[in-house]
Amino acid sequence: MLVYIAKRLAVAVPTLMLLIIISFLLMHAAPGGPFTQERQLPAQVLANLEAKYGLDQPLWKQLASYVWGIIAHFDFGPSFIYKDRTVNEIVAQGFPVTLYYGFLSFLVAVFVGVSLGIAAAIRHNTWLDYLAVGVSIGAQVLPNFVMAPILLLTFTYWLRWLPGGGWEGGQWQYVIMPVIALSTSFMASIARITRASMLEVLTSNHIRTARAKGLPERKVIMRHALKPALLPVLSYLGPAFVTMITGSVVVDFFFSTGGIGKSFVDSALNRDYAVMLGITILVGSLTILFNLVVDILYAWIDPKIRY
Amino acid sequence: MVVDTVDMKGLSDRLAATEVKGRSLWADARRRFIRNKAAVAGVIVLVAIALLSIFGDALAVWTNEEIDFNVIGQAAQLGYPSIENGHYFGTDDLGRDLYSRTLQGTRISLMVGIVGSFIAVIVGTLYGAISGYVGGRTDQIMMRIVDILLAIPFMFVIILLLVMFGRSIFLLFLGIGLLSWLNMARIVRGQTLSLKHKEYVEAAQATGVAGFVIVLRHIVPNLLGIVAVYATLLVPEMILTESFISFLGLGVQEPLTSLGALISEGAKTILYGTIWQLAYPLAFFVLTLFAFFFVGDGLRDALDPKDR
Repeated sequence: MLVYIAKRLAVAVPTLMLLIIISFLLMHAAPGGPFTQERQLPAQVLANLEAKYGLDQPLWKQLASYVWGIIAHFDFGPSFIYKDRTVNEIVAQGFPVTLYYGFLSFLVAVFVGVSLGIAAAIRHNTWLDYLAVGVSIGAQVLPNFVMAPILLLTFTYWLRWLPGGGWEGGQWQYVIMPVIALSTSFMASIARITRASMLEVLTSNHIRTARAKGLPERKVIMRHALKPALLPVLSYLGPAFVTMITGSVVVDFFFSTGGIGKSFVDSALNRDYAVMLGITILVGSLTILFNLVVDILYAWIDPKIRY
Repeated sequence: MVVDTVDMKGLSDRLAATEVKGRSLWADARRRFIRNKAAVAGVIVLVAIALLSIFGDALAVWTNEEIDFNVIGQAAQLGYPSIENGHYFGTDDLGRDLYSRTLQGTRISLMVGIVGSFIAVIVGTLYGAISGYVGGRTDQIMMRIVDILLAIPFMFVIILLLVMFGRSIFLLFLGIGLLSWLNMARIVRGQTLSLKHKEYVEAAQATGVAGFVIVLRHIVPNLLGIVAVYATLLVPEMILTESFISFLGLGVQEPLTSLGALISEGAKTILYGTIWQLAYPLAFFVLTLFAFFFVGDGLRDALDPKDR
C-alpha cells in the first residue's frame, strides 16, 4: 500500500511541475506584457516597472524564481494590477468562500445523487426509475449558467423568499441557491452512474447467493451491493471536483458570492496574469491532490486493484 | 397419401439454401436500435435541427447581422416573436433577428461538438490503439502522459489561452480538441488490450503483417462500436464546454454567436421581460443535447449484447 501511494505521488509531483511550467510559459508567450496599455508608457517607466516585477530577467531565471517562491514560501508573487496586493491575499479572500459552498454542493450532490441512483436501480423499470432517469437527464442538459438565473427569477424575483446575492459570512439564505445551482448537474451524473453500476451489480452472482440464502432485500442492498456499486462513482469524484471549482465562476457571477471564480474572471479581463496563473496552479494542484486521494481510496476499497 | 406439393416445394427450397444467413453484429445492433423509440426520436430531432440550421436561412427575412431600426432599444415592447414583421423568434435589444441568430448559433454549436468529437475519434482512437497494441514500456509512458494531461484543469487553460492570444474560433477548436481525446484514448486502449490476443490478430501477426497495418486493418475496425458510442456522448459534452466559454464572453465573437452566448445573453436580460431571448436558444440547446444523449444511450444499448 505504501509503495502504491509513493508511486502515485511520484506521478503527482511531476504533473504539478509540468502544470506550473506550461502555464508560466503560456503567460510569457502571450503578445503584449501586463503593462501594455492604450496610453503608451514612457520607455523609462516601463523599464522600471519591468525591473520591479523582475520581467527584465532572462526567462529561465524568472521561471526558477517563480517556482522557488511557490515551493519555499508558498508565494505566488504580487498582482500586476493591484499594486498593494499579492496573489496570496486575493486567493485567501475568495478561496474559503468557494470551498465552503463547493464542499456543501459536493455533499448534497453525492448524497442526493447516490440515493436517487440506488432508488432507481432497485425499482428498475417502474415510474420511480423513469422519473429518476428523466430528472437526471434533464438536469444534465441544463447547465448551471441557466439554472442560476432561473433560480434567481423564481426565488428572489417572484417569490421573494431568498436574497438575490451576497455572502454575509455564509448565512444559510445566501448559500441555498449557489449550492442548488452548483450541485444539480453533478448530482445528475452521479445518479446516472450509480443507477447503471447498481443495475449491473444486482445481476451478479454474489447478490444472487445473498438472496438465495434468504437475506432480507434491505441487507442485500446495504451490505453486499452498495460497496461494489459505488466504485465507479468514486472515480467520478475527481473530475467532479474540477467541475465544482469551475462552476464557481458562474455562481460568483450570478449570486455575487465573491469566491475564487470571481477573482479568476476579473483577472482574466484585467489581464492580471499573476493572479490567473496563481489560481490555475492552485486549482490544478487541488485536482491532482484530489485524484490522488480518490486513487488511494479506490485501491483501499477495491481488493481487485493490485498495487 | 396426399402430398402437398406446395409444402414439399417449400421444404426443398429451404434445404437447398445451404447457407443460413447469419445475423451480423451490426444488423443485430441496428434492429435493437430501431426498436428503441427514444433513440430513434433522437435521431429524427437531430436531423431536423441540422436541416433547419443549414437550410432555415432561406425562410429568414432578416440576416443575423441586420438591425431592425423599428425595434431597436424597445425589444421588450416591440421585439416579441411575430410572423408579420419577419422576426419569428423575436429580436434582441439591438433589434437583431433572433431566428437567424439562433440558427447561426446552432450551426456553430453543432460544429464545435462535431469537430471536438471528430478530433477525439481520430487522435484518441489511434493513440489508444497504438498504446494498447504495442504494450510494455511504450504503453506505460503513453498512458502516463494521458494521466498527466487529464490532471490539468483544462477549462482554466482554455480560458488562459483565449485571454492571452485573443479570442478566435480557431483557438477555441484547438483548446477543445486538446481536451477531448484524452478519455477516448483511455477507453480505446482498454478495448485494444482485450482485442490483441484474438485469433485473427494472431493470424495476421503469423503471416507477417506490419504492426501499424494490423492496428489500422484489424484492431481499429473492431473498435468502431465503442468509439461510435463514446463519440456521440462526447458531442453534447463539447457543446456544453463551448457554451460555458461563450457564457464568459470568451468564445465565438460578434456578429457570430453560439447557443451558449445566446443563452447567456437571454439569461442576463430576462428581467426586462424578453423571455423569448432565453426560451428559443435554450429550446434548441436542450433539444440538441437531449437528442445526442438519447442517441448515445441507444447506440450503447444496441451494441452491448449483455443488456438484452
